[in-house]
Amino acid sequence: MSGVRLLVGTRKGVFVLTSDGKRERWDVSGPHFAGWEIYHMKASPADPNRLYASQSTGWFGQLIQRSNDGGKTWEPVGNKFIYDGEPGTHKWYDGTPHPWKFARVWHLEPSLTDPDTVYAGVEDAALFRTTDGGQNWEELPGLRTHSSGPSWQPGAGGLCLHTILLDPQHPDRIFIAISAAGAFRSDDAGKTWTPINQGLKSEGIPNPTAEVGHCVHRIAMHKSRPGVLFMQKHWDVMRSDNAGDSWHEVSGDLPTDFGFPIDVHAHEADTIYVVPIKSDSEHFPPDGKLRVYRSKSGGNEWEPLTKGLPQRDCYVNVLRDAMAVDTLDSCGVYFGTTGGQVYASADAGDSWNPIVRDLPAVLSVEVQTLA
Amino acid sequence: MIRVLLPAHLKTLARVSGEVQVDVAGQPTIVSVLDAIEASYPMLQGTIRDHVTQERRPFVRFFACEEDYSLEPPETPLPSAVAQGAEPFLIVGAMAGG
Repeated sequence: MSGVRLLVGTRKGVFVLTSDGKRERWDVSGPHFAGWEIYHMKASPADPNRLYASQSTGWFGQLIQRSNDGGKTWEPVGNKFIYDGEPGTHKWYDGTPHPWKFARVWHLEPSLTDPDTVYAGVEDAALFRTTDGGQNWEELPGLRTHSSGPSWQPGAGGLCLHTILLDPQHPDRIFIAISAAGAFRSDDAGKTWTPINQGLKSEGIPNPTAEVGHCVHRIAMHKSRPGVLFMQKHWDVMRSDNAGDSWHEVSGDLPTDFGFPIDVHAHEADTIYVVPIKSDSEHFPPDGKLRVYRSKSGGNEWEPLTKGLPQRDCYVNVLRDAMAVDTLDSCGVYFGTTGGQVYASADAGDSWNPIVRDLPAVLSVEVQTLA
Repeated sequence: MIRVLLPAHLKTLARVSGEVQVDVAGQPTIVSVLDAIEASYPMLQGTIRDHVTQERRPFVRFFACEEDYSLEPPETPLPSAVAQGAEPFLIVGAMAGG
């Protein structure tokens, strides 16, 4: 019987939530790696029992954990993330040169075809890859050494590479996003990179054709149509129909277009989800009402989804990696909050139920659809 | 035989419950004890000191015989009581944050 497994990374460890295909009753296990921050964990699409987790603390630094049995047991693998060559400087918040320094792994993206190959997006922004199941990590330096690199500046959360999308139809094509440098695309498996930020407009960047400098929060695609990208920017929800060569705004009738996550329905390439947040200075839902917004038209026309979500006194945030969809019919949608709730919808967002209410702040949510 | 006390998170990571013991040839120093710990417990590499610079991570401190060795040079000899196994070398997570 089919089922789902949610991989939930929190400020204080990993929680694994499992259910059958009905998605009504849930088993909760955890915390694994109790007391450590888990920025992200994700399963290999090529082997559902192979999981990777990014584990870190300010005290003891970065670890990578790997499971070969669907999360029953774990082993620490390589944690050496060393920049290729002399890393040089990027811009600091005040515009002065600042040495590139590794802080943590924000995002792990396993290969679509090889369980031993994983991409890691790190702070300070760079892309690393392992081809031996996490034992050794090597930087793909073409990104960090792009000519614009010395001008990249961090967002409030740091100069983090937080989004990695692997194109299922073009194996050499990779999309990544960095706060606050912007989005980039490689068409040669990560050797060289092109900034793809034309059409983005950001307060504080008067030049509308600026190559970099945009605070991209998240990018999503539907696997059947990887040339169409959806972006939640610091402000603005954006869409590209040409693999990022140009973008246009699709915020439409959203109550606010600030937010962090964005995701696409598993079976409907034009159905997308965002969680509007009041503003960049008030990271909580408008009016204390937690609402997911869904567009079935690829943007511009949005509907609030409220059934089962708190509609008063709710002041949580939903972080950029904390939303995911399963591939069951109908599509399940999941998100976690900084208040420790994980909400599930088994009907594509029409109604929601909390699976858990009192976890540590949720940093990431991924879901596996199990046969 | 050098006795070493690890902070709780690193004991969990190394899958040990109490003190660990390592052998160091000659006069033990801060760096020779850290090298021996990382050789015996490779999963601790990078958690006590930086992979590249080999500098102590900022929120980790070293103590022995009620003395703070955190700011001492890596080649600093440890007290004879530590060398003889009478006292442990303490690796401590700084008490800060939540």
